[in-house]
Amino acid sequence: MSREEKKEQRAKLREIKKFNNKKYKEYNKMMKQKNVPESEYLTTMKNPDNILEFDNLRTYFYTDTGTVKSVDGVTFEIPRGKTIGVVGESGCGKSVTSLSVMRLLQGPQGQIAGGAIRYNQESKNRAIDLTKIPVKEMEHIRGNEISMIFQEPMTTLNPVFTIGAQLSECIKLHNPNMAEEDVKNRALEVLKLVGIVREGIYDNYPHELSGGMRQRVVIAMSLACDPQLIIADEPTTALDVTIQAQILDLLRDLKEKINASIMLITHDLGVVAEMADYVVVMYAGRVVEQGTADEIFHDPKHPYTIGLMKSKPMINERVERLYSIPGNVPNPINLPPHCYFKNRCESCVEKCEGAYPELIEVTPTHKVSCHLYENGNSGKTGGNK
Amino acid sequence: MKQYILKRIGISVLVLLGVSMLLYGICRMVPGDYVANMTAGNQNITPEMEQRMREVYGLDKGVVEGYVSWLKDALRGDFGTSFIYQESVVSVIAKYIGPTVSLAGISMLLEILLAIPLGIIAARKQYSRTDYTIVAIAIIGISLPSFFFAAVLKRVFAIGLGVLPVSGMVTARADYVGFAHFLDLGKHFVLPIIVFVVTGVGGLLRYVRTNMLEVLSADYVRTARAKGLPERKVIGKHAFRNTLIPVVTMVGGMIPNLFSGAVITEGLFGLEGLGNVALQAVYQGDIPYLMGFNMFIALMTLVGTLVSDILYAVVDPRVRYN
Amino acid sequence: MEDLQARNQQEQDEFEQNQVIMTPGQLVMKRFFRNKLACVGIGIIVFMVLFCAIGPFFSPYGEYEIFYINNETKEEVRMQQADVGASYMGVNVKAPISSKHWLGTDADGRDVFTRLMYGGRISLTVGFVVVIIELLVGITLGGIAGYYGGIVDMIIMRLVEIFYCIPFIPLMLITSAIMFGYGISPKYKIYFIMVVMGVLYWAGVARIVRGQILSLREMEYMQAAEATGIRTSRKIFKHLVPNVMPMIILIATMDIGSVILTESVLSFLGVGIAWPYASWGNMVDAVNKSVIMKNYLNIWMPPGICILLTVLAFNFIGDGLRDAFDPRMKR
Repeated sequence: MSREEKKEQRAKLREIKKFNNKKYKEYNKMMKQKNVPESEYLTTMKNPDNILEFDNLRTYFYTDTGTVKSVDGVTFEIPRGKTIGVVGESGCGKSVTSLSVMRLLQGPQGQIAGGAIRYNQESKNRAIDLTKIPVKEMEHIRGNEISMIFQEPMTTLNPVFTIGAQLSECIKLHNPNMAEEDVKNRALEVLKLVGIVREGIYDNYPHELSGGMRQRVVIAMSLACDPQLIIADEPTTALDVTIQAQILDLLRDLKEKINASIMLITHDLGVVAEMADYVVVMYAGRVVEQGTADEIFHDPKHPYTIGLMKSKPMINERVERLYSIPGNVPNPINLPPHCYFKNRCESCVEKCEGAYPELIEVTPTHKVSCHLYENGNSGKTGGNK
Repeated sequence: MKQYILKRIGISVLVLLGVSMLLYGICRMVPGDYVANMTAGNQNITPEMEQRMREVYGLDKGVVEGYVSWLKDALRGDFGTSFIYQESVVSVIAKYIGPTVSLAGISMLLEILLAIPLGIIAARKQYSRTDYTIVAIAIIGISLPSFFFAAVLKRVFAIGLGVLPVSGMVTARADYVGFAHFLDLGKHFVLPIIVFVVTGVGGLLRYVRTNMLEVLSADYVRTARAKGLPERKVIGKHAFRNTLIPVVTMVGGMIPNLFSGAVITEGLFGLEGLGNVALQAVYQGDIPYLMGFNMFIALMTLVGTLVSDILYAVVDPRVRYN
Repeated sequence: MEDLQARNQQEQDEFEQNQVIMTPGQLVMKRFFRNKLACVGIGIIVFMVLFCAIGPFFSPYGEYEIFYINNETKEEVRMQQADVGASYMGVNVKAPISSKHWLGTDADGRDVFTRLMYGGRISLTVGFVVVIIELLVGITLGGIAGYYGGIVDMIIMRLVEIFYCIPFIPLMLITSAIMFGYGISPKYKIYFIMVVMGVLYWAGVARIVRGQILSLREMEYMQAAEATGIRTSRKIFKHLVPNVMPMIILIATMDIGSVILTESVLSFLGVGIAWPYASWGNMVDAVNKSVIMKNYLNIWMPPGICILLTVLAFNFIGDGLRDAFDPRMKR
């Protein structure tokens, strides 16, 4: 590297730092804000049957080497009582989307930079924007109305407290008037709901349980306060295959019992096929395709989705070698102006050099973001070759 | 648990035996005419005492034989007679332990009370100005030579401003009684405690900060937040309990440092404690006292490790000693 | 269609070529130099080393040269020219700061600034030598204990515990008393002190090296290396040593600071470097005279500040290294 270039690079880094510091300050100021008037975060749902609506959500990470646009303009909705699967390879922004809902991003580096997450809060009969509400309100919602199941059951439970203590802490927190006895009964009840009837589990420490058991406890914890929406972030990835099946069965059973919406985040298409009513496919921080499970699995449109389907092993089908999508995800700091999938796409056309494609409605529920389907083109030119 | 403690005590006894061998070996390295040389200028030392020291240390016997006879005496609590005080070493230690324990105890308490909250604040605001300031001050504290810092404090507060005494335990020729005496005593302890705390707090503080940082990035802290716990409780309950585990071990290990650290601080401020006596003992060649003092600190070290092992099991349910 | 794909491929290749790939060492360096305090630390150390190593060649005075003063003419006379016996001759003690004596003279009439340089030589030498000794002993014993385990480990670790239990300062006091008993001259005393300190400090190093090696042995990649059937020596030098190295560099840096601090304490207490040789610690010792403490700050403040700055610098560097080595600590 020549001296000039080095100098240039240094100036660039300085600029990034200055910009980041500005952003950090804004963030800290926002966090300190106390009495936010309700009117600031009150909003109306686009469709009152939805529990959650993402509207052009943008979540950025301001790092020393530049701004990482982890989630860049994500729009989809979660209908009440339905399960929605969010799929995509690692680093595509699916976890960051869920953390944005919970407002659990690692600040001040990670911030919601724009857009809205509209939540239909039934308990208070109103719709609110989760990106704007004060921390106090959010604490009331977390674990109570929206709860989360994390990926790693081995580390998500605090090792120094008993299972019972951690469960009842959550119940007690959101039901401050509940009697001690009732709290314990409720805890045992949810434990039974997830299939743990073991004697003395209440006084066990996490390290005394197996991974599958721990994940059941984590699920029990998320159910404890009868939430409206459960976000499950790769709930089975860290488990054995047999345990995976058990946990999935459990989740499906529960869905029928508790009538909550589930946002299921995974990279495992099999899991989605089994569980989800709707599917959202994400790539490099954007939604590339969304639709009902049936549409996505039987009539995938986006070349990326098609690639994903092809790379899934099939029973009763003899293949020499599983398909793999060539190339890599683009650098999240310098995203190209054109379609992010262009360089890996097998069916790209002249037009792909142009601006990032808009979401195109194929059917009222099925949307895809690809130039191939513009102007009512059914896309027969691309796809399977 | 009981079994574990018994085993630990067993090992401790072994280690203590090793320490005593090493210390005895060093003492045997004194030149043959050491006692005569050392005692030449000291009129307080009678030939009988000199003879007794030779006996206690078995200087006139072989190394092994000498060690065995020293050990026998030591087990009976007889570490010989201090040259300076002309009393048995054990009674000298008993007599001067008071100021040392109060100085060290108060300082340790203050260190813990300062280090834990400051370390947590620094970790909470990692890379902020607050964090940098706290860490920089902690490192400066670690790097400060205590004797130099003491001198600066004395120059400013005792000589410059004249608000605090330079040294000693009580104001000379002012026979205070009751509360006034206590107040006077306290005044004399202020500067030594400052020296102790400022030079000692940094290590613990940085340790708390590092561990807190590690805990804060743990998944269970995120779980606690996802439950809807307010940040105050997430830090104060979930994160803090986990930070406590390594910190407790460190605090146990600090106990012996307090006694050996007292050598310098007590010497600088003329407090009549074990450390100051040890310093006088060096200048006057009081080997019996130094041996006793060293054995005492070695014992404290082992007690410290044992205490931290037990505390470790108390705060961490994953630990089961079998 | 074909040329489009070719263009895509080309773009992809260019992107990959333009990516800067750094070795772990370069990454550590980059992270280290981003830490401002660590850079300040490096600056201080370089300055101190130059000041102490080269400084004395530029000083016109010797380490223990005493300055006299002609009481009648008020003129300063150097030792060689002084007519020491004459009644009008006096020692130029506690001279104020002047162009001749940048930091004045001390209670014995010696140039403080020059002694500061020589004192620094001693302090820095002690720091480096002691750390080298402790590393040699500590790495060898810790490595053996960790690598072979079993009964060897058991014995070495008990030894470590024994050394851990011995209070450092009181033991140095005994050693000093014994050295005094043997009548060792001040000139050689410093070597003894270095050896004794090195021997006493090794236990900490051994404990850490052993722990590191034990945990490394459990790592999958070590088992993978074993499975490939490489020679033991290669396994140690290619796989174990590079992984233990960061920890050792870190201990070494932090320990140089603490050794310098301890040496200064010993010198201050009068059991370390002895008169007439200078060390920063025994220069601060002058503060024990209350007149000097009160009125002659130029005699005792500079050496104290030198110790503080040097130790601080090593601690800053150590802190910077720790953050640089530990990728988890990165932003």
